[in-house]
Amino acid sequence: MTFTAPNRRGFLKASAALAGTSALGVLPAASFADGKLTVGFIYVGPRDDFGYNQAHAEGAAAVKAMQGVSVVEEENVSESVDVQKSMESMINFDGASLLFPTSFGYFDPHILEVAPKFPEVRFQHAAGLWQADMHPSNVGSYFGYIGLGQYLNGIVAGHMTASGKLGFVAAKPIPQVLQNINSFLLGARQVNPAITCQVIFTGEWSLAVKEAEATNALADAGCDIITCHVDGPKVVMETAAARGCFICGYHADQTPLAPGKYLTGAEWNWPGVYTRMVQTVIDGGTIPNFDRGGLAEGYIKMSPLGPAVTDAARKHFETTKAEMMKGGFAAYEGPLMDNKGSQILGAGQVFLETDIALESMDYLVEGVIGTTS
Amino acid sequence: MAATDRATGWWKESRFSPDGWLAALARRSEAIAIPVGALLAGLAAFSLFLFALGKAPAEFYALVYKAAFGTWFSWQNTLSRTAPLLLAALCVALPARLGLVVIGGEGAIVLGGLTCGALAGGLSGFHSTVAIPVLTVAGAAAAGIWVGAVAALRHYRGVNETIASLLTAYIAIALMNHLVEGPLRDPASLNKPSTAPLAAHLRIGDIPGWDVHWGLIVGVLGCLLSWVLIERTTWGFAARIVGGNPRAAQIQGLPLARLILGFTALGGAFAGLAGVFEVAAVHGSANASLAAGYGYTGILIAFLARHNPLAIIPVTILLAGFEASSGLVQRRMDLPDATVLVLQGFTFVAILVSESLYGRFRMFAPERWSLPR
Repeated sequence: MTFTAPNRRGFLKASAALAGTSALGVLPAASFADGKLTVGFIYVGPRDDFGYNQAHAEGAAAVKAMQGVSVVEEENVSESVDVQKSMESMINFDGASLLFPTSFGYFDPHILEVAPKFPEVRFQHAAGLWQADMHPSNVGSYFGYIGLGQYLNGIVAGHMTASGKLGFVAAKPIPQVLQNINSFLLGARQVNPAITCQVIFTGEWSLAVKEAEATNALADAGCDIITCHVDGPKVVMETAAARGCFICGYHADQTPLAPGKYLTGAEWNWPGVYTRMVQTVIDGGTIPNFDRGGLAEGYIKMSPLGPAVTDAARKHFETTKAEMMKGGFAAYEGPLMDNKGSQILGAGQVFLETDIALESMDYLVEGVIGTTS
Repeated sequence: MAATDRATGWWKESRFSPDGWLAALARRSEAIAIPVGALLAGLAAFSLFLFALGKAPAEFYALVYKAAFGTWFSWQNTLSRTAPLLLAALCVALPARLGLVVIGGEGAIVLGGLTCGALAGGLSGFHSTVAIPVLTVAGAAAAGIWVGAVAALRHYRGVNETIASLLTAYIAIALMNHLVEGPLRDPASLNKPSTAPLAAHLRIGDIPGWDVHWGLIVGVLGCLLSWVLIERTTWGFAARIVGGNPRAAQIQGLPLARLILGFTALGGAFAGLAGVFEVAAVHGSANASLAAGYGYTGILIAFLARHNPLAIIPVTILLAGFEASSGLVQRRMDLPDATVLVLQGFTFVAILVSESLYGRFRMFAPERWSLPR
C-alpha cells in the first residue's frame, strides 16, 4: 500500500465519499397521521430559559405524556410572519388540530390572520385578549392571576428582609408587569408597612446585560431580596444570589439556580391547565373561549419554600395561601395611594383578583420607588 | 510545445481561443461555479456536524427541501420570508459597492415602519391611492436620511461607518420603543404598546392568489433596479470607481460626497420600505415586533451575494428557505432551533473562504489555457 501526500484532488474525493455516505443515513420518517390528536406549541424564546417559555414547555411535556396525543414544538419563533408560517406548517405538515402559540404578541395580528383560514383547528392563546364580538370562534384566551403569586412572594420577602428594601427587575411598564410589582410590595407590607420596593425597567422582555446591570444596581442600593418580571429570570436570579441577596422566582421554578438563596416563586401551572384542555378535546368537549383562574383554579402555583425561609414566614405564607384557595381574594385594599400621591382606592374599597380594573393598571403603589415612564 | 503552438497561432481560430464562445462561457461561469461549489462544500461540512450530533444529513436535507420548496405552501412560506430580506440586503449591498460596510439595516427597517405607523393616523381620511404612496415614500425617506447620515459622518468626519450604522440601529430601536410606549402609544394597546392600528383601507394586501404580500414584488423590483443602476448607468460606474479607490475617483473629479451619500441613503430607503411593508402588510401597527432581525440577516445575504443585486434574489430565496424549514427540522428531528443558524454559518464561512479562490482556477481563465502548467 502506498501513501501519497494529501492534495486538493484527494481531499475532494474524500469529501465526496463522505457526502455520499451521509446520503445513505436515512432514518424512517416518523408517522404523524395515525389518528392521534396532534397538539402544537410555539415559544418566542428558548424552551429552557428558566422562565416564561420553560413554563409553557413544561406544560407541553405534560401533554406529551398523555395517551393518544402527539406533541410538536418550536422555539425562538419571532412575533412576525414567522409565527404565522409556523402555525400553518404545523397544520399542513403535522396535522396539528390544537395549537398553543404562547407568546403575548402572537395574538394580534398573527393568530387572527391564520385562524379564519383553518376553522377546524383550535388556537389557544395565553392572555385575556379574545372578545366574542371581534374574534374568530376557533380562538380562545386563557390566563392566570399570577399577581397573587407575587403577593405571596412579597409576604415571604417581608419576613426575610433585613434592610426593609426589596428590588424588582421589570421588563416594560405595562399593566401585567405593574400588577406584579405592586402585588409584591403589598404582600411585603402585610408584614411591615414601612417596607419599600425599588423597581428598574429594562425596556425589553429579554436583555440579559441590562437585567444583570439592574440587579447589581438594586443590590448596590441596599435591596436584599430581589424578584423580577422578564421572560427569562435566570440572569437576575444568579446575579442577585451571587450578590448575597435572597431571591423570589417568577414564571417557573428557579430553585436549581441558587437553592440556598431561593425563598419561593410565583409559577404558572401550565401542566395542569394544558392537560385539562387537551383532555376536554379528547373527550369531544369544547374548551371555553375565555378562561382564567388563580391558585384555586390551578392556573398558578408556588415554588416549594426554600431552606432559608423562617417559621414565621412559612406560617404567614400558608395562611394567606389557604385564604386565596377559597377564591375571590383581594390583594388591593383601600385606603391605597399610588406613589405620586393620587388615591387609588378609598377606605373600604377593594379590587378582587378578578377585577377588570386591574388589567389596565398604569400606576405604582405608594412604597414602590420608580416611575412608569 | 505550448510555446510552439502559440507561435504558430493555431489556437486563435479554435473554440479554445480567448475570444471564442467557450472562453466567454468559462469567464462567466466562474462567478457561478465558485459560490455554488462553496455552498455545496458548506453543506457537506454541515453534514459532518449533523453526523456528530447523531442525526442523518439526508433526512435533514429532505426536510429542508420539503419545508422550503416541496409544496405550494412551502413556497409561499419561503417567499413571504423573502420579501423583507431582499430589501434589507440592498441596504448592505448598495453602500458596499462604494466600499462602505453598513450593517445598520435593522434600524432603517424599524424607522421606516415607525414612520408609517406614526403617519397612518393622520392620513386615514385620504383615499388609499394617495395615502399608501405617501406612507411608503415617507417611510423610505426617513430611513434613507437615517442611514444616509451614517455615510455623511463617514465622508465629512471620518467616523467608521460600520460602527456608526450599528450604533444608530440601536438608537432607532430605542427611539421606536420610546415613541410607541409614550407619545405615539395607542391607549388600547395595554400589554403590547403599539401605535394606533392602520385603517383597513391603508393596509397593503397580498398578491392575488398568493399568501404573500406585495413587498415581494417591490423587493424583486428593487433588486433589478439596483442592478441596472450599478451595472448599466454612469452613476453606477462612478460608484464602482469610488469603491475601487476613492482617492482616484476624487482626482478624476467624481462627486464623491453625492455618490457616497446617495447610494447609502438609497440602500437605507430600501430597508425603510421593508419596514413600511411590515407595518402596512403584516403587523397593522408599529411596535417592538418590527425589530425582528431582518436587518441582520440582510448583512449575511448581501455578503453571500457578493453585493450583486441580481444575486441577492436567489440567495435570499435560499436563506428564506432555510428559515422556513427551521420549524419542521425542529419538530421532526428534535434538533434545536439554532441548527439552521449553524447551517447558515457553515455556508457563510464557506462562501467567504471561496472569495480567495477567484482567479485561481485555470479553467475559468481562457488567457491561461495555452500557458504551460
